[in-house]
Amino acid sequence: MKEEDRLQERPPIEDFLRMDRIPHIWCPGCGIGTVVTSFAEALKKSELDLDKVAILSGIGCTGRVAGYVKLDSIHTTHGRALPVATGLKLANPELKVVVFSGDGDIAGIGGNHFIHAARRNMDILIICVNNFNYAMTGGQVAATTPIDANASTAPYGNFEYPFSLPYLAEASGATYVARWTALHLRRVTKSIQEALGKRGFSFIEVITPCVTLYARRNRLGDGLNLLKYYYEKSEIQHGADTRTLDISYQGKLIVGKFVDKEKPTFLDCMNEHLGKVLGDKYQPYGVYHDGD
Amino acid sequence: MKKVKADPKGVLTGSHYLDGDYAIAEGALAAGCQFFAGYPITPSTETAERFSERIPTIGGVFIQMEDELASIAALIGAAWGGKKAMTVTSGPGFSLMMENIGLACMLETPLVIANVQRGGPSTGLPTLTGQQDMMQVKWGSHGDYEIIALSPDSPQECFDLTIEAFNLSEMYRVPVFVMTDECVGHMHEKVVIPPAEEIELVERKWYTGPKSKYLPFKPDKDMIPFMVKAGDGYHFHITGLTHDERGYPVINAECQDVCVRHLNDKIRTKADEIIRFEEDKTDDADVVVISYGITSRVTTRAVRKAREAGLKVGTIRLITVWPFPEKRIKELAKKIKAFIVPEINYGQVVIEVERCAAGQAPAIPVSHCGGWVHDPDDIFKAIKEAAQ
Repeated sequence: MKEEDRLQERPPIEDFLRMDRIPHIWCPGCGIGTVVTSFAEALKKSELDLDKVAILSGIGCTGRVAGYVKLDSIHTTHGRALPVATGLKLANPELKVVVFSGDGDIAGIGGNHFIHAARRNMDILIICVNNFNYAMTGGQVAATTPIDANASTAPYGNFEYPFSLPYLAEASGATYVARWTALHLRRVTKSIQEALGKRGFSFIEVITPCVTLYARRNRLGDGLNLLKYYYEKSEIQHGADTRTLDISYQGKLIVGKFVDKEKPTFLDCMNEHLGKVLGDKYQPYGVYHDGD
Repeated sequence: MKKVKADPKGVLTGSHYLDGDYAIAEGALAAGCQFFAGYPITPSTETAERFSERIPTIGGVFIQMEDELASIAALIGAAWGGKKAMTVTSGPGFSLMMENIGLACMLETPLVIANVQRGGPSTGLPTLTGQQDMMQVKWGSHGDYEIIALSPDSPQECFDLTIEAFNLSEMYRVPVFVMTDECVGHMHEKVVIPPAEEIELVERKWYTGPKSKYLPFKPDKDMIPFMVKAGDGYHFHITGLTHDERGYPVINAECQDVCVRHLNDKIRTKADEIIRFEEDKTDDADVVVISYGITSRVTTRAVRKAREAGLKVGTIRLITVWPFPEKRIKELAKKIKAFIVPEINYGQVVIEVERCAAGQAPAIPVSHCGGWVHDPDDIFKAIKEAAQ
């Protein structure tokens, strides 16, 4: 390839991004961009019709993802991406609906929506970027902050028990649950691709470094250091019991695909149940995808 | 604005004996609402029950959400998924909805919220009536925005105004509120539902131009932007952040100015077309009673008694409470002795009347703090005192 051509070649991810909004706001060394790259790659591999994929985010650093991805995209209020996604999915069931948000959004302020969307088995994929703190607002303690980690509102270290998100997801009814670190690029991509091909409530947690706040406050080095650190501290255990996945401060991270099962979705259940009870009077609702 | 006839599937044509809550559900179904998300709360729950019973044989979705935060959020999703959507609630649930009422205004999303008001503050009087959310409906969410609020005074009007609410929400891409109360919500009366072909509906202002040219917030000539639905290939972006016509966030004072002025002016400049009220015997009136909802029915009796006593009293019944009929109040203020404003709260709409009257005539509240309707004699006494 001539030098000239190489310079003119566009990175393939440009097709998935709103290039008129780049550069993005994320800090150098942040893991969110890596997860977005995996998402774009997974979308491409999934061969889904991109007109039929919608993405929603809440508030926070990861909450900005919806603004950069060139799909039908809604940047909602804090914690409410999931109920907005529920309405969107039910109004137009042919959509593949993805919620891409942070740990504060999904497990903190939106925790109630999370467990109920999982309970209903809403056909929604959640990609949750977990950086162990509220980063956009300056590094406050979160529902995921490990015990002893320092945060701006836990200046003497956190003493509250954190959520183990895969455990919460499975206990609430999710049909696909996985956890990776941001450096597991191929594995994250594969998980997203698998989940995009499934129907039901899928949950993928990606542990990422927050360089500017969590790492600096806890003196954990720069983004690359922490990215590598998480990667090296992780141990792949597919099918691990989700009750054993607690994360301790700078401790071992169990990663892998923990749950992958089939269960009728909210709309499947609605159509089947009401069809059975009401017979011919019932007006079946929604368009159906064939499960892969 | 494109008008269409109602789809007969949702229209229960005939003469019925319904309460206001049921009539709201029937109004929504007649208006083609196919999505209802709600959370049970007295005294509004019957609307959700009726909708959940009726929708499976019409075609659509009823979902009981985990709370009111989720209910209103789901409506926003459903509206951008292409459906007409509604929820119903009362005081405490209404408070929870304020966050995403702001988002709905910011995203210029058509949806309908009915509030069957009860006594407050807080848990207040779950089973007893109130009109205490009349200011909250206009001011409850943070920031500057405009909404439309209607106030039915009977089950028949609950039906009629719910259809009207959907039409207005589509016309102006704005949340519209049906502000009724426990009394009207639980009152059983005759409700006549016309044949579908006599029900006129406003169709969503769908965009039809080239896909790459779609701008979700670019005002059309009538100030209202075109809408699309997710899944049609427009790859739109919308955000609760201050945004430009593309829907992209722009965090500066200049964009904020354009964005906020648009959200407000698209309603303020059309107020004359939106506002509806009934006016009676104000030509030579010394006193004008301004009321709305159930209180206007109590007012009728007080006014009859006052006229029998030879007092010159006129009435204005607000059908649209927001936007407020400011011009008419200003005109009347110049030639009458006083406005009397009975309402089941400790003084809300009366403050707006006072503002519009601007010192030309006093606005006298007749306050009832909730739990029951006024004694007509209390209104009568206020009229009599003001007329002298």
